[in-house]
Amino acid sequence: MSGKNTTHAGKAACAPVVNALTIKVLKGKLTIAAILLTTLVAAILFALFFGSEKLAFFDLDEAQKTILFDIRLPRVLLGACVGASLAVAGASLQSLLRNPLAEPYLLGVSNGAALGTMLAFVFFSQFEFARPICAILGAGLATTAVYQMAKSRTGMNVERLVLAGVIVTTFLSSIIVLLTSLLDAAKLRSFTFWLLGDLSQATTNGFYLTAISVIVGTIVLASQAKALNLMMIGERDAFDFGVETGKVRLIVFAASSALVGISVAASGSVGYVGLIVPHLIRLSIGSDNRHVIPLSAISGAIFVVLADTIARIAIAPRELPVGAITALIGAPMFIYLLRKS
Amino acid sequence: MLKVQNISINYGVCTVVEGVSFSLEPGKIIAILGGNGAGKTTLLKSLNGNLPIGSGTILLDGKPLNEFSRREIAKKIAVIAQENETRFPVSVLEFVLSGRFAHGAAFGWESEKDLQIAVDCLEMCDLKNYEARIMNQLSGGERQRVVLTRALATEARILLLDEPTANLDLAHQALMFRLVKKRCETCASAAVLITHDLNLASEFADEIILLKNGKIAAKGEPEKVLTRENINEVFNVKVLLDKNPHSGKQRVTAIY
Repeated sequence: MSGKNTTHAGKAACAPVVNALTIKVLKGKLTIAAILLTTLVAAILFALFFGSEKLAFFDLDEAQKTILFDIRLPRVLLGACVGASLAVAGASLQSLLRNPLAEPYLLGVSNGAALGTMLAFVFFSQFEFARPICAILGAGLATTAVYQMAKSRTGMNVERLVLAGVIVTTFLSSIIVLLTSLLDAAKLRSFTFWLLGDLSQATTNGFYLTAISVIVGTIVLASQAKALNLMMIGERDAFDFGVETGKVRLIVFAASSALVGISVAASGSVGYVGLIVPHLIRLSIGSDNRHVIPLSAISGAIFVVLADTIARIAIAPRELPVGAITALIGAPMFIYLLRKS
Repeated sequence: MLKVQNISINYGVCTVVEGVSFSLEPGKIIAILGGNGAGKTTLLKSLNGNLPIGSGTILLDGKPLNEFSRREIAKKIAVIAQENETRFPVSVLEFVLSGRFAHGAAFGWESEKDLQIAVDCLEMCDLKNYEARIMNQLSGGERQRVVLTRALATEARILLLDEPTANLDLAHQALMFRLVKKRCETCASAAVLITHDLNLASEFADEIILLKNGKIAAKGEPEKVLTRENINEVFNVKVLLDKNPHSGKQRVTAIY
């Protein structure tokens, strides 16, 4: 919406200026979207063909076809969906809570989902869909707990929100540690790896579920973008100017909990994606959520696909958890944003 | 257009506003005056449904306020409150266009008409060429003018102003009140404003409501309400009263 300085000679001259402004802004956003989509395709192709086993583009043998289609393809596509989910959830939560530091991982939402997944893993392992369902419930409960703790009569400030996130995260972490002590050694290693964000367990069903969730979740949250633009300015403002704030809050909490829950159930807690990606998008195109939410989805996908590729090849043939790579990039940015705010 | 009948507002067991009634007609400006904690902002917030009332009725165009949707209320009533800083880079044009939320679909982009209205209102408020400026980079006074611009862009017939001149210099205080007055006179609009400036209220308001401990201490035309006794009772301050030689309106000077 924002454009360069324009001059208005008077009312009569305004209309063409406004038209030019709108067209220029929309064209700019479409160009950025096209560049990002091309980058995503390139990142996916790079991730598919590079790794501990380098694959040729043509003439693949049976073993290489298995690596490409059964192992790498579900993993890379799952990574893209997880990245998009976390970035969209982060962008929406930040606008709703009026805080650029609101991120699923830092608010304890990911830990809530991780605890839910773990409970399903320990108590309902025979049901395939128990993990995502429990993860969504865990994410929803953690989101509600943080919101209730952070809000006060005068509103919600950065310190309260970060503190509430720390309290919820550490509390849930301690329960997770308690539960891990019930696991045997082999399960414990795989679970610890998963907890740090791990795409190596990607399954086709996991990918399908995450893909459906990211498409539906992004559409639902993008449909609230105009209302979120007002919520981002202030909750009283939004209410005064016609936003059903309670309804928007419920939709955003439910949709972002579902996005985070299903991502965590599929890949563990990949941290900081929801912090870094929306921040960079806002820096480049401004704060209008009608652009920030869809472009965060594409950029989040690029970020996790590339981070997972680094995790696969950095110490090949061994692997790092993708969450370790995203945290290495995200933690310094969190400190930067905290100092700035 | 807005009829307030014997309303009371409670925070828990504490009654903050009690037995307040008044009527806002087209072209009229009502100023609410009172000391800190008198219940002014609470009363103002209840007028557009931002705070629920405990008892009494608020009628908007003859219909109880709670029978309107948020969008319908936002089309009829605009609020100019103290602006808080936002942590996101929102441009002036985006901010002003947010005032058009109730007029468009819940999703999608603003229409050309919305953009045109926003640009016209910016020009009206002395903010020409500010479209691309970021809100957080403006001074307090400039931000306050953008807040007024957004309220004007709603095309609402009722304006609620909560200490609108707090950050404004003298010239822009006058500009803001002139714009509000003009809107009320030419567009069959009306305004309710909270201010601590008794002289501005005397100058621009058609009616003054003096609040003390949530109750109306005095109500009526500025000359009848702004008396030594009333001001002393509500603010506990002694004042000198005379006439502004330019406008002939009541002028209040505090004795320190």
